[in-house]
Amino acid sequence: MGLSRGMALADARAICPDLATRPADLAREAAALGTLRRWASRYAPMVARDGVDGLMADISGVPHLYGGEAALRDDLHARLERAGLTAASAIAGTRGAAHALARHGGGILAEGRIADGIGSLPVSALRIDPDTAEALARVGLSRIADLIGLPRAPLARRFGPGLVMRLDQALGVQSEPVAAEAEAPHFGVRMTLPEPIGLQSDVMAGLTRLLDRLCASLALHQRGARRLRLELRRVDSGAAQVEIGLARPMRDPTRMVALFARGVEEIDAGFGIDALRLSAPLTEPLAPEQIGGSPALRQDDALADLLSSLGNRIGFDRVQRLLPADSLIPERSYLLVPAAYADAEPGPSRAGPARPITLFPPEPATVTAGTPPASFRWRRMRFTTLRATGPERIAPEWWFDDPAWRSGLRDYWRIETREGPRLWLFATPQAPGAGRNWYVQGEFA
Amino acid sequence: MLHDRLRHSNQADMPFSLAPARVHEAEGHGRRAFALFQAARHKGPLVWILPAHIPERPMLRGLPEGVGERLHLLRPEGETDLLWCVEEALRSAPVSLVIAEPEKPVSLTAGRRLQLAAEAGRTTGLLLIRRDAGSNATETRWRCEPLPAMAADSTPHRWSLNKNKKGTTGSWVLNWDGASAAFDLVAAAGERHQPAEPAR
Repeated sequence: MGLSRGMALADARAICPDLATRPADLAREAAALGTLRRWASRYAPMVARDGVDGLMADISGVPHLYGGEAALRDDLHARLERAGLTAASAIAGTRGAAHALARHGGGILAEGRIADGIGSLPVSALRIDPDTAEALARVGLSRIADLIGLPRAPLARRFGPGLVMRLDQALGVQSEPVAAEAEAPHFGVRMTLPEPIGLQSDVMAGLTRLLDRLCASLALHQRGARRLRLELRRVDSGAAQVEIGLARPMRDPTRMVALFARGVEEIDAGFGIDALRLSAPLTEPLAPEQIGGSPALRQDDALADLLSSLGNRIGFDRVQRLLPADSLIPERSYLLVPAAYADAEPGPSRAGPARPITLFPPEPATVTAGTPPASFRWRRMRFTTLRATGPERIAPEWWFDDPAWRSGLRDYWRIETREGPRLWLFATPQAPGAGRNWYVQGEFA
Repeated sequence: MLHDRLRHSNQADMPFSLAPARVHEAEGHGRRAFALFQAARHKGPLVWILPAHIPERPMLRGLPEGVGERLHLLRPEGETDLLWCVEEALRSAPVSLVIAEPEKPVSLTAGRRLQLAAEAGRTTGLLLIRRDAGSNATETRWRCEPLPAMAADSTPHRWSLNKNKKGTTGSWVLNWDGASAAFDLVAAAGERHQPAEPAR
């Protein structure tokens, strides 16, 4: 078609008017490549990422298992095609040669024929930066074969040592191992049973054993679980699942098992369960702790346990904590955040005008004339003003479009009533019908 | 025995101490103020359980000093979940005070269950109930009403102890400004010997 990587979108559209475009999602692409890398480890023990779009496998000693290099490459392509992926691949004696060939046609280079095989490829195939490639093209060195015959010292002096190193690596003069990255630790354990089980106590016993193994693995990697998932496979190949959340990272089997009790109770075991699988989909770093610590530490643990068990029943977003926020708007002067994901912060100072102990969305009050009103009705109760403190004028934050504050300024009054309650009222002087719009928003102690 | 001794030692200097490891009730318009007063007098983590659909929320800047950072707010949906949360929180040892706002009257069975949970966890509970929606299992029941102030800077409340399983009842008028745990009792006679407004 004539489209190529790095092309401007307008140019590409000019060539191919009905081109469909999507924004690149680099994070998901990298994740997909990581998954493909794990899959590709079926062909070689060492598989590494090669750039953002390639994989490099060291298949030394592997091809005979597939019946030769060609058969291995065919097998790879057949499987990728079945999965719906288009791929290009090459097998060569060196990493550099394989990289170059895979991006320029692909194929298999026999032992000792590297120089011939990649000689006809452009110099940019050597993993050199574009500036060097352009400089080489300017002096007429466009193919790799042109470089191979040249004396090394002037080449290095003119184009830098990087070019010579890449050339040597491609030709096999300089070694370049495949550096496979370490496998990310996987926190999942399973247990298959010879006979199906159906009793709750049996499931819990199995779970305890799984938890012991999982927690040992978590401790080894200094991590704590934040979510745990128990999958149970029934004999009739049905499946059940129990998932729990934890108010903070944890790897203590005895405390975790208690949280599973309620979920396991509700499972329908059917004709029996013959496999259990426990995994920790979400983990967080957790440094080793001193055991049997101070009473304060044990109290924190007990509180975290309480928040975990409450959160698992009513939802973690309903177990909240109050955090101060930087705003003069009463509704936004504090935040209600899930307690499991936020630590307590020291409260704000009580300096400044008094604030009510409870706050609620503004409720209209029916008032008589006057500022502040001499009497008003609110929640079907009649109040007479005894003493009023105010007004305290609060202006809306113009950088937020808050529907509740569209009525403009608010004049807040602390009104003590003859009936007893001390209420927080406000008027909206900028709204139409000023003087009649009074709202109750809070109650003082 | 322990309860009695604690209660008596407290009763001498402080009529508003709630017996520890028991569940109490408060009703009336000023019940939330009473709950915050108790929260300020309890050391340690606090749990406030209120139904999800209630519009009232505690306002952080208006809470007594030191209460905001210790407070955990639970907002369960439904009465069953609410009572379950109360029981669970009462049963856990580190919590010092559990405040809950049940919507319906608490049955005798539920009330007894909460008392047992409070004893198991050595935690004090305070239910903020609608008027006359109390349970017979409660240890004490308070009626809390804010009073109109005669002087500009006073915030009087009348807190009456209407039911007490292990002691006498009573009624007190006190000034509590909602800032700290400090309060001052107004003389029982309730009659001022000076004019309400200072002479000009």
